[in-house]
Amino acid sequence: MMKLLEGKLGWGLLLLAGLLFPWMAGNDYHLTVMSTAYIFAIATLGLNLITGYTGQFNLAHAGFMAVGAYTLGILTVDYEVSFWLAFVLAGVVTVLIGLPLGFVSLRLRGHYFSIFTLCVGTIMFLVIEKWESLTHGTVGIMGIPAPTAIGPLTFDTPRSLYYLVFFFLVVGVWFMRRIVDSLMGRTFMAIRNGDDLAEALGVNLMRNKLIAFSLSVLYAGLAGALYAGFVRFLGPDLAGAEHAFDMTMYMIIGGLGTVLGPLLGALMVPWATQYLQFLQEFRFLIFGPVLIFLVIFVPNGIVGTWVAWRARQASAADVAQHKAKLQQTKTDAGQEESTRA
Amino acid sequence: MDIFLQQVLNGLTLGGIYSLVALGLTLVYGILHVPNFAHGAFYMVGAFVALKLMTGWEVNYWIAMIGSAGVVAVIGALSERLVFRPLGNHTGLHPMIAAIGLLLFLEAGAQALWGADFLRMPTPFSGIVEIAGVTAPVQRLMIIAGAFTLMAVLQLFLTRTVAGSTIVAMAQSRDGASLVGIDANRVAMLTFGISGALAAVAATLYAPINLVYPAMGHLVITKAFVIIILGGMGSVPGAIVGGLIIGFAESFGAYYISTDYKDIMSFALLVVILSLRPQGLFTNGAR
Repeated sequence: MMKLLEGKLGWGLLLLAGLLFPWMAGNDYHLTVMSTAYIFAIATLGLNLITGYTGQFNLAHAGFMAVGAYTLGILTVDYEVSFWLAFVLAGVVTVLIGLPLGFVSLRLRGHYFSIFTLCVGTIMFLVIEKWESLTHGTVGIMGIPAPTAIGPLTFDTPRSLYYLVFFFLVVGVWFMRRIVDSLMGRTFMAIRNGDDLAEALGVNLMRNKLIAFSLSVLYAGLAGALYAGFVRFLGPDLAGAEHAFDMTMYMIIGGLGTVLGPLLGALMVPWATQYLQFLQEFRFLIFGPVLIFLVIFVPNGIVGTWVAWRARQASAADVAQHKAKLQQTKTDAGQEESTRA
Repeated sequence: MDIFLQQVLNGLTLGGIYSLVALGLTLVYGILHVPNFAHGAFYMVGAFVALKLMTGWEVNYWIAMIGSAGVVAVIGALSERLVFRPLGNHTGLHPMIAAIGLLLFLEAGAQALWGADFLRMPTPFSGIVEIAGVTAPVQRLMIIAGAFTLMAVLQLFLTRTVAGSTIVAMAQSRDGASLVGIDANRVAMLTFGISGALAAVAATLYAPINLVYPAMGHLVITKAFVIIILGGMGSVPGAIVGGLIIGFAESFGAYYISTDYKDIMSFALLVVILSLRPQGLFTNGAR
């Protein structure tokens, strides 16, 4: 299974599976579950960029998702802005709010960054709940319009919405892979592995951390806007810590610092939740210990562990090959000697 | 003037509770260098255990407080043993994520056992006294007296007893402590136990003037983080002073600015402080 997912072939198979899913799914409900999973997968990709690749554990990610969602909701419902313009503006607003926070976060390392973002997330939740004239408070925003048609493409059935969300996921994954494979991505990883060292090597910490932070919240904001257009109802809960923890879980289960890992995590966990439906709000009775178990025994997640295992296998195979060669030359030499004798 | 004194009283009440919660958090941080996100869940479990002891078993308020301190101390020590110790010397992402796992587990557990409802804790102190024109509910005075007595006891424990000194020694230098034969694992468990007990007592003191429900720890823990950053991570006096600052800021802010935004104020304070002085107000780095 994992072997199939490696390399270009793997991504191709995933793409194919995603395209064919509407024919495999039994009903519209499955399509809805999968589409929601895709939306959270997009946001998780962004979280993984700042946490898995740049090494800063951001607990305000759900807050940024809510900023994107609320921007779209408020613009389309209260100001009657067209959907796609509001969608773009949602991304812009999220980054604009993220940037000053990114500046503050530059000065903070490790735990301080996490605690800072925990507080920022709480502030976002409280502001959404209390600023009733803007956000409609606890009542929430209702009647958000569905994504409007683009040319001949309409988004009024679960299947067309599924493909819309899937399209954004594919673009998100493609773009993320471009980022992490680029020099900039390597720079992020250098910062993660040791920011003093990276700085000594001439990395502009300020610029790179800001770029990583902005890209990360952009993913969250656009995912939030998609969420608003898909669910068409918003409440303050979207900014709650629970969603931030959910995304953390996807990331850890799949594997920090890989593109495939968080993606698989975000696609798997919602299905697990479906099967654990009888547990309802008690699902964390199982997921909490699973999270603890994973960080203790499988700290690299599914994909990370797989990559490490492959690397070990490859090096073991190398060693074996080497040994065999050595043996061969030895026996060759022995034969030569015996023939000589 | 009366209103001013009233706010001072409120500030002392809130500050006392916040300080107790922040003390537990800061002790654990000093020893393990882990921000224990599950500490708010310890606080919540403490309130529930005390409430259930009082309503189910009809024990007296003080015995319920001791009982809940004991139960949460055991939960704290167990979490050190089962969750944080296996992570060894990791200081990065992993212990933080494990702490979140613990938080999710404890909250779901509380909800499964005791339900999601908002409950009210009975208290034997329902009277109101009037001192110099200020009306003070006895429970508030109890909170202030209880919180500050416990802080004094903790300070004595840390400075005057061998067990307390081992905690201080470990916080100052882990290597030095193990060099003189201190069992790091035992001290870490002890610290988690004390931290849990402090949270449980704070919760039992505060619950009668608030409500008991599974998510009750969220705001308190976030504020406790604000406090220990304000006071310097790992600093005991910092946690007490920080707790009082936030308590007063909140009670005066609620009165003079807006009740709706009182919670936001303490976080905004943190954002400002972190932007200007990332290492906190009172320290030059963690202890």
